[in-house]
Amino acid sequence: MECEAAVSCHDVTLAIGGRTVLSDVCLSVEAGSFVGLFGPNGAGKTTFLRALLGLVPVLSGEMTLFGASVTRGNRGVGYMPQSRTPNGGMLTGRDLLASGLSGEKWGLPRVSREGSAEVEAALEAVDAASLGGRRLGSLSGGERQRLLIAQTLLGSPRLLLLDEPLASLDPVRMREVALLLREVARKRGMTVICSAHDISPLMGVMDTVLCLVRGRARIGPVDEVVTGPVLSELYGAQVEVCHAPSGRVLVSADGL
Amino acid sequence: MLAYDFMRMAFAASACVALLAGPVGWFLALRGQSFAGHALSHIAFAGAAGAALLGVSPLAGLLGAAVLAGGAMGLTGRETGERDVAIGLVLSLAMGFGVLFLHLMTRSTSTAMALLFGNVLGVSAGMLASLAGAAVGGLAALGALSRPLLFASLQPELAEARGVRLRLVSTLFLMLVGAATAECAQITGVLLVFTLMVGPGAAAQRLGLAPLAGMVCAAVLALGEAWGGLALSWWTDWPVSFWIAVLSVVVFFLAGLRRL
Ligand SMILES: Nc1ncnc2c1ncn2[C@@H]1O[C@H](COP(=O)(O)OP(=O)(O)O)[C@@H](O)[C@H]1O
Ligand SMILES: [Mg+2]
Repeated sequence: MECEAAVSCHDVTLAIGGRTVLSDVCLSVEAGSFVGLFGPNGAGKTTFLRALLGLVPVLSGEMTLFGASVTRGNRGVGYMPQSRTPNGGMLTGRDLLASGLSGEKWGLPRVSREGSAEVEAALEAVDAASLGGRRLGSLSGGERQRLLIAQTLLGSPRLLLLDEPLASLDPVRMREVALLLREVARKRGMTVICSAHDISPLMGVMDTVLCLVRGRARIGPVDEVVTGPVLSELYGAQVEVCHAPSGRVLVSADGL
Repeated sequence: MLAYDFMRMAFAASACVALLAGPVGWFLALRGQSFAGHALSHIAFAGAAGAALLGVSPLAGLLGAAVLAGGAMGLTGRETGERDVAIGLVLSLAMGFGVLFLHLMTRSTSTAMALLFGNVLGVSAGMLASLAGAAVGGLAALGALSRPLLFASLQPELAEARGVRLRLVSTLFLMLVGAATAECAQITGVLLVFTLMVGPGAAAQRLGLAPLAGMVCAAVLALGEAWGGLALSWWTDWPVSFWIAVLSVVVFFLAGLRRL
């Protein structure tokens, strides 16, 4: 059976402010897969995700999503940005989600009945119905993350682009959010690209690893890429991959 | 008190101002841009003083300067750290020019007092018409802008990905803030624009209402404060601006008490 690629890049070069961030990226992400996106700080993870959203121009090469070229405002793509604003601490989770319902259209921020039903369904999909009524300023990091995941589900996208959804969570919460992502993605048959710093929390969740290092991209199945030698070479430092007796896989680097 | 023409004018004028200032202030508080609103009022002051010097209507000077300055503020970058300093410098410079323009005028003190502290009891029919026009235009603009503005305020990067033009939206908003500031200055004076614009908006924020309800609430609070100020001033013979400032602060604190 031949699968349509969710994301496909041919010789893609991306630059910001005249500086090349990624060059000659060739890759294809199978529909329905869960991709972990890794790389050191400044490697271009955010830039890559923003290029898929049509926010960073593709300098050369071709980038397609489900066979169609990248366009800004594509409703088939859900997105969770890396940075968060502190604005709106007095508004509720429901208000936050509702603000994104056709928020690009001019007019008053009225919420239709279908709109609130969609918000409710998205909240329930991530077990966050109780968070919907809480004020944003009173949520913990993990709760806020859960809400933002619900946000990405609005419009029933086929592809989720998540920029560091596990950042600033404690290890237990990290794992919780990662498992939640896997469950939701499976249930809805979505393709996910999820950037992260730490490889371990996504073990067992992702099936494909995409590494961005020194302007190059390397993609492969987890068991081929997450090995000591491959990671050591990619990061240019000694990286160890330990298989714990529980079946867990831990990734650790020198200098820790 | 409504038997007097100037009081009826004052009530009508402050209604025009409050209905626009409230919802605009709600967004200023949401976006954490109240300092920008403050700066615009000072730039408006320079514009009004310059207009008075040239013999043009001060209201035109207020509106023109504040709307243009708002547009310029929106078009320049959005690095907030540097921006606060830049805004502070520009507002001081504007105040300086305002003082110079007033100095160059012969009959400066009464004009200065009216600009700085408001002159709601001296509203003419023509002025009321232009205030009403600005309020209707401003509310129509805000009505069209509020949806993308709310999205961009809460989730700028996601909004950008969905096709919201962030720079355009924030520039239009600051121009609207300029218009609301100029209107407000007519009632409370440039020094107390905060009371009628940011006060009710921030108080409505504190109540934790949904966005649309919050905007309406801000308009109602602003209207109540403006009319309350007028009535109290009538009974006590103390300045309207003083009473609006007092009411604004009291309402803000009461709104905080209501929080669970
Ligand atoms: N707005 C910008 N202007 C100029 N350079 C930028 C901008 N944003 C990011 N960069 C640069 O692009 C590179 C990639 O950044 P980014 O994609 O954010 O990396 P990551 O998300 O992997 O940490 C970095 O070197 C960064 O300095
Ligand atoms: Mg990043």
